[in-house]
Amino acid sequence: MLNEFDITALFVTLKLATLSTLILLLLGTPLAWWLSQTRWKLKTILEAIIALPLVLPPTVLGFYLLITLGPNGPVGGMLESLGGASIAFTFTGLVVGSVIYSMPFVVQPLQNSFSGIGRRPMEVAATLRASPIDRFFSVAVPLARSGFITAAVLGFAHTVGEFGVVLMIGGNIPGETQVLSITIYDHVEALEYGQAHWLAGGLLLLSFLMLLMVYIVNRRFSIMQSSSQ
Amino acid sequence: MIECQLKIKQGDFILDVDFCTPAKGVTVVFGPSGCGKTTLLRALAGLEKSDEGFLKVGDSIWQDGKNFKPSHMRSVGYVFQEASLFNHLNVRGNLEYGARRANESEKDFMERALDLLDIRPLLERTTEQLSGGERQRVAIARALAVNPDILLMDEPLTALDLKRKKEILPYLDSLHDELDIPLIYVTHSPDEASRLADHLVLLEEGHVVGSGTIDEMLTRFDLPISHGGDATSLIEAKVVGHDDRFNLMYLDFSGGQFTVTDRELPLESKVRLRVSARDVSLTQELQTDTSILNIFSAIVDEIVPEGRSQVMVRLKIKDVTMLSCITRKSAELLDLNPGKQVYAQIKSVALLS
Repeated sequence: MLNEFDITALFVTLKLATLSTLILLLLGTPLAWWLSQTRWKLKTILEAIIALPLVLPPTVLGFYLLITLGPNGPVGGMLESLGGASIAFTFTGLVVGSVIYSMPFVVQPLQNSFSGIGRRPMEVAATLRASPIDRFFSVAVPLARSGFITAAVLGFAHTVGEFGVVLMIGGNIPGETQVLSITIYDHVEALEYGQAHWLAGGLLLLSFLMLLMVYIVNRRFSIMQSSSQ
Repeated sequence: MIECQLKIKQGDFILDVDFCTPAKGVTVVFGPSGCGKTTLLRALAGLEKSDEGFLKVGDSIWQDGKNFKPSHMRSVGYVFQEASLFNHLNVRGNLEYGARRANESEKDFMERALDLLDIRPLLERTTEQLSGGERQRVAIARALAVNPDILLMDEPLTALDLKRKKEILPYLDSLHDELDIPLIYVTHSPDEASRLADHLVLLEEGHVVGSGTIDEMLTRFDLPISHGGDATSLIEAKVVGHDDRFNLMYLDFSGGQFTVTDRELPLESKVRLRVSARDVSLTQELQTDTSILNIFSAIVDEIVPEGRSQVMVRLKIKDVTMLSCITRKSAELLDLNPGKQVYAQIKSVALLS
């Protein structure tokens, strides 16, 4: 069964995934909306940058984050000079890493949903006296509902499953930065296959259930369409 | 008065219009596909932005040079070609969406729109449970429920099949009769134009080639619609009597009385008649030994050649204008000249509403 460290790791993981998902939705929604509406010529460059974590080895991303966030890096250094502490090897550092790492899983489904709405419903809302902000919340958001569910579930699940980035910038501090995927690795290293089974099986089941939910909610849209177009 | 002076560039296409139309009744913007009708209507609603221009509806200025009032601040009702209902709301939700945002006391206008378009039985349905015709009716009611200063309709019948069209047309007639706000109606269908229009704005390749009252426009020889097989004139009349024995009814117009097949319309109801120029023949003397019932004394106003063998004659029956298309030979035999008195024999008339 699970030991005390496993339980702690589970909570750290859930906290990390929930927080990251909330931040991702807050940042990703306006970003996805803007991407779906703009006719800016350099938009594709930005889209490619957001999609980078899909193909980049997590260790590469983690390495650069470590450099950036560490005490000698531009961000970490600035934080230290402001009297704060470097966020490498902290939970905050993990959140920052997760947000960047899971960004495409949130932005792409949202952007596709927003694009799928088309201009017409927003024009109709405008002729019915809805201001731009009003029509975003009263028309675009409800019509993109399936995109929000896909984005939230994928963002959450992907954060739960990350390993490489966490290892690079979070280290392995129990109660602070030790997450489930790393705990599994530790168990296997220590030849504690029974405990590894519990955690791995649990994650497998959780991932399956979350994806099942996405598929049920979006029965009409295939997940591939909304997340990889 | 609606004053509109707009210039919009879209790639190679330029819409450059300058016209006025009265702030009441139905103004039909008529022209072939691609002439800029929809762009014009979208510009009126603020959905299309013009860099320069002037737009005044009634007392409020919607655009003056660079000052541009955004769509949601313009008092318009807009009906798109496709109903474009919000699928995340039911029929009631769609209607309330605009009504709630537009006016404090949305109730009255909601109620009126519901009655005019016969929406009550549909209120609790989802948008997927509506037929094409019902969707378009809900869309019209939704636009009316905001109590707009002007109603804009972009070919609302085009996406519907013939049966659905016939289902909607009576509702458009009742809008025509009961609305006290101006309606601007875009169409490429001569039937819809002659049925609904009080005023006509003719659009060609982004330019207004003419605008005025419908009867004046239909009989102006400098415009393409007064030529060819489609040339028609319109006559407003009202029912004054029925003849049960022959199943006929009598319609008074300012130039006389028409006798037509009875449609069992109540007395005093207003009808619009369409007379095709090809159905009007001319005689010098009043014919009595003829099967034609509708014969009126008329004065020749103007004659223009129509192809190589025909002429188009504009007639005045008192203050009513009518077109007659006859052969050039007949015109010469009758010695037709402006000012000459003739008799117009009308072979058939169509009742439009």
